[in-house]
Amino acid sequence: MSDKAPVLEMRNVDKSFGPIDVLHEISLKVHEGEVLCLLGDNGAGKSTLIKTLSGVHQPTRGQMMMDGQEVRFPRPRDAQEMGIATVHQFGGTYPLMSVGRNFFAGAEPTKGFGPFKVFDRQKANQIAVEEVQKMGITRITDGDRLVGGLSGGERQSLAIARAVYFGARVLILDEPTAALGVKQAAHVLRIVNEAKRRGLAVIFITHQVMHAMAVGDHFAVLIRGAIAADFRKGEKSREEIADLMAGGESMADLEANIEGYMETHDGHPPPPAH
Amino acid sequence: MENFAVLLRRPAAASIVSLIGVLVFYVFAGVELDKLFGAASWVNYAARIGIVALPVGLLMISGEIDISIGAMIPAGAMTTAIISGHYDLPIVFGILGALAIGVLVGSINGILAVRTSVPPLIITLATLVAMQGVVLAGSRLLTGSASVPLNAPDWAKTIFGNLMFGGSHQVIIVWWVILAVIFWFFMHHTKYGNWIYAIGGDKESARNAGIPVNGMTILLYIMTATAASFVGMCHSILFNSAQVSGGMNDIFNIIVSVVVGGVLLTGGFGSVAGIFVGALTFAIVNKGIDFTAIDRNWSNLIIGIMLLLAVGMNEKFRKLALSHVSKKK
Repeated sequence: MSDKAPVLEMRNVDKSFGPIDVLHEISLKVHEGEVLCLLGDNGAGKSTLIKTLSGVHQPTRGQMMMDGQEVRFPRPRDAQEMGIATVHQFGGTYPLMSVGRNFFAGAEPTKGFGPFKVFDRQKANQIAVEEVQKMGITRITDGDRLVGGLSGGERQSLAIARAVYFGARVLILDEPTAALGVKQAAHVLRIVNEAKRRGLAVIFITHQVMHAMAVGDHFAVLIRGAIAADFRKGEKSREEIADLMAGGESMADLEANIEGYMETHDGHPPPPAH
Repeated sequence: MENFAVLLRRPAAASIVSLIGVLVFYVFAGVELDKLFGAASWVNYAARIGIVALPVGLLMISGEIDISIGAMIPAGAMTTAIISGHYDLPIVFGILGALAIGVLVGSINGILAVRTSVPPLIITLATLVAMQGVVLAGSRLLTGSASVPLNAPDWAKTIFGNLMFGGSHQVIIVWWVILAVIFWFFMHHTKYGNWIYAIGGDKESARNAGIPVNGMTILLYIMTATAASFVGMCHSILFNSAQVSGGMNDIFNIIVSVVVGGVLLTGGFGSVAGIFVGALTFAIVNKGIDFTAIDRNWSNLIIGIMLLLAVGMNEKFRKLALSHVSKKK
């Protein structure tokens, strides 16, 4: 794995909007068949990082590399053409369209010729259902079904299956499990493992440490726009990671503080600190 | 029974139920159905609003709205009458002029809608008012009058304006049916239809998926404005004259018929069949009341009730469609 150049790499990337520095000296890399988990609290700069990776924003300083070659993505389209697919929480799926139409939105298979090119509904439905089933979602059997009737996890899976089918090499998953229940989240995590097994490089953004630990090979913790920790699987415990995400402040200390306060204040919790 | 259930999940379901409901109501109010079906008044009216409702429905499926159509119907009529009636140029110029003004205003609407963050309701309200002014002032300036006579040659009358079957059915009914078939094919059987649904479902995702969102949006605005000026042009040829009028009634009638036809106001859902039946239903309510003993002013009350019921049914049927899982493949 390590003899090959990483599929996607960031070297000392800074991003600022005017005078405000959002990302600071970010260096990351992700290899084929590897899951990189980006952990961070709200406001740590995760969204900006994703947008920089997917071509929505340009880095202010620093380099982005693909397969060892320097690349630039002036538009999101350019990143997509290079095989970087971003799947947002519910992004990329249209609730009132069928599974088949969703799957091929923007890349519809057609039959016929000239002005009579007809959208090939049967083919679209068949491929969509096949691809989704290959990712392990066996509950979807009808390509005409409306996506709005699927569960959150199934919609995520559809979006991921779509990205894989259209040749993504890097899959950026933006908080895919945040709005899901336990079972649904497990569903999505299985799909992440399936994508990894197929040799995709996955960047998994989350603030749920449990989910990250379930699939991650490599972890980076983002705090106030900088990478606070970078470690591999098994090097840190769940508690340590959670503490890191909370900004170095130990969760255990925090709990003790709150409990102490409540004891001396008739069971009321402390007022917010800021 | 299974077929009936499939029908209920279609976007057109509520419009068909509304149509049946209205017919049943009218039968109880004393309408003889064979007389109603033999009459031309409501079919002519259905064609008038239906031709514009088709592109307006597609535009609403894509999540936009166009109310400038109200000014475009008289604008198309006046353009034809001024060019070919007042200045006596060949009718071809009048026809092209009417279509050109549709394309022009549609482009302005479309470009403003994709380039600015002003809501489309406001943009097209502005062009609606502006076009009303342009048409009235332009007509007064060029012809000195707000009503212009026009005498179209026979071939133009045959294609755009004539009455058919020796009775009072206007030829634009044929245009309506042909356009409905073209729109149906475009919307449900080409990739462009899929794009329109996707744009209405989630504009940002559609853009990310590589769909030319701005181009499609501008195209749809051009289609609505041009369809409206086309209807105006046909009417001026049929009635041998054109008048400046507000066209305010048309705006609401067209949008109501689209909504009754099952198009979701927030976009992403609807069908051409539904839009077609919606226009038909609306026209029957509006004109069918003349076949009853009821004072025709009550028809607006019926339209109001029908609108509420139809939208309520749309919600219900959409939930049915969403929760549906087919049992066995």
